[in-house]
Amino acid sequence: MMQAEEAYINLYKQHAKSVSKSCSDLLNSKRQAAFEKFQTLGFPKNTHEEYRHCDLRKVLSIDYGLNINRVRIPINPHDVFSCDVPNLSTKLFFVVNDQFYKNDKPIGLPEGVLCGSLNDLTETHVRLLEQYYNKLSEKSPDGMVSFNTTFAQDGFVLYVPAGVVLEKPIQLIQVLHGTVDMMANRRLLIIVEEGAKAQFLVCDHTLSSKHFFSNQVTEIFVGKNASLEYYDLEMDQPNITRVSNTLVSQAASSHLLINGVTLQNGLSRNNINLCFEGEGASANLSGIALGNGNQLIDNHIFVDHAVPGCTSQELYKYVLDDSAKGVFGGRILVQKGAQKTSAYQSNKNLCFTKDAKMFAKPQLEIYADDVKCSHGSATGQIDEKALFYMRSRGISESEARLLLKFAFTADVLDNIRLEPLKDRMRMLVEKRFRGELAKCAGCSAANCK
Amino acid sequence: MLLEIKNLHASIEGKEILRGINLSINEGEIHAIMGPNGSGKSTLSAVLTGNPAYEVTDGEVWFRGKNLLSMSPEERSREGLFLSFQYPVEIPGVSMVNFMRSAVNEHRKYRQESALSASDFLKLMREKRSIVELDSKLANRSVNEGFSGGEKKKNEIFQMAMLDPKLSILDETDSGLDIDALRIVAQGVNKLRTPQNSTIVITHYQRLLDYIVPDQVHILYKGRIVKTAGRELAINLEERGYDWIKQEVEE
Repeated sequence: MMQAEEAYINLYKQHAKSVSKSCSDLLNSKRQAAFEKFQTLGFPKNTHEEYRHCDLRKVLSIDYGLNINRVRIPINPHDVFSCDVPNLSTKLFFVVNDQFYKNDKPIGLPEGVLCGSLNDLTETHVRLLEQYYNKLSEKSPDGMVSFNTTFAQDGFVLYVPAGVVLEKPIQLIQVLHGTVDMMANRRLLIIVEEGAKAQFLVCDHTLSSKHFFSNQVTEIFVGKNASLEYYDLEMDQPNITRVSNTLVSQAASSHLLINGVTLQNGLSRNNINLCFEGEGASANLSGIALGNGNQLIDNHIFVDHAVPGCTSQELYKYVLDDSAKGVFGGRILVQKGAQKTSAYQSNKNLCFTKDAKMFAKPQLEIYADDVKCSHGSATGQIDEKALFYMRSRGISESEARLLLKFAFTADVLDNIRLEPLKDRMRMLVEKRFRGELAKCAGCSAANCK
Repeated sequence: MLLEIKNLHASIEGKEILRGINLSINEGEIHAIMGPNGSGKSTLSAVLTGNPAYEVTDGEVWFRGKNLLSMSPEERSREGLFLSFQYPVEIPGVSMVNFMRSAVNEHRKYRQESALSASDFLKLMREKRSIVELDSKLANRSVNEGFSGGEKKKNEIFQMAMLDPKLSILDETDSGLDIDALRIVAQGVNKLRTPQNSTIVITHYQRLLDYIVPDQVHILYKGRIVKTAGRELAINLEERGYDWIKQEVEE
């Protein structure tokens, strides 16, 4: 295991200059401290309680290339994703591996909104973005985060200034592409200032049969009275590993919705780390994890009620087939003095085979006395009575199972507030259960007919 | 002959419940099966529809000339067998519309007919719903979820109307129904009656048989049919209870 870290540590020592060469001062200024922290932390190990069921050793033993010299990946994502979506019109952006794909077309966003390359915007808007970049991640105890800060060379920024309401959702399509095994250090920075509103959809796809390791860090700042909807769709391939750390800071009376759907992947580890910094804020976090084959899906959600009067709601559901493994770690911390907190967490899982396994660890820590909190986790098999009832009406066993799986996920999809996206997601989930997803290379959340 | 049961034995978890049932049903007939609690009435309906919880240990069942016991539950349904469940199952997240569309289209596929268009399907839903006065709101809800006892039973007969079975088994369809709902459900069953299709009515009480008039009444006791007669047998039972039957059998 140490070998994997050593290889990257040596890589950085030898190529630190190359890493920094084409990057903004802001990105470069955070590297050294992060590198030192990574040398202490290393990659997460399954001896760490938080990563107990998520063993990264095997996937980290692959010799990934890092595109340190920023060789342009010869692909035009606009060509690949040329089809548009009925009803869901979005402002569309691309990241190829960990590079923002530059597009000269005017994008027609309201004045003051920044949307584009992290490297470019941290160069041109350093005063603004230095208030945010790395502010949450520098506190993270996860080695993957400090690794990301060490190597991050580009990524995506969405900045919505105070009072601005984005009429159209912003969509980011992240593509993995290459002819050798690659690691991508993806970095997203999303800032929605006071009273502003935005909807953001990010879709992960793969256009290659090589092994990829996507190490993503997303920092989200939701300002006072601001509102953000964040939809995250993973539609990758079994040869993909994704470790994603989403770090969130919510100011007073802000609203956040995060809906994550893992339709298909190899290994997915999604950490969400959310802190309420101001009173009266609310967060609605939900997700669906659909696992088959030997897939591993591990969602760890930490909600920190640091101040009074905030509401958090969590709903996470897993449907596991074959030998898939699901992990849910949900921790809610209600700090001393965080009175009038409402925190609800629900995790429900279906294992369709004997080999499918689910590990759930809901945790509720309460240090205040005037709160409403609940958590529940249940893992079960298919409802045999419902199955027989459906078959007795002439529905084949496979179709009945499919309807039951789909039904199980319905309430999570109901959390999606973008109606066209909700319809699209329903269709995708159904396709996924029917095994008809594999062929679609396009970003079907919004594209592809 | 529509259905022929010969010496049917079945057990659940090693316990024998049916101990040699013999029963023949012709097209167009209504048969009532009555009997005290635990006599095997519901087991018979479960075994006929292929509930995997039960094991058939002996005997045979022929349905429209085919070996029923070798068929999967879905094949039995597509062949024209229908069970109105004593306890209809709630299926959260599956809408009645999707559920019925899947069922109807699977039946059509089996008959080598093309799937119904969305508008034709909804038309069919409307038409059949009116037979049992099922509220249109219920059609948009999840299957049986939050339905009252009466609504659930109406919903069973609605499904029966949609699938147009050759043989329907009504398992305690009267239980939990008030007198108005009972009448609506029974009238629904009668409206669906044709000279070709047949019905087995499983019930505790004579009450339902005032509306759905049987050609034959069978008494099931300890896993066997111990008495068969005309409609008057049900009336007789209502007055005298089951004790005299038990005594006759013990003798």
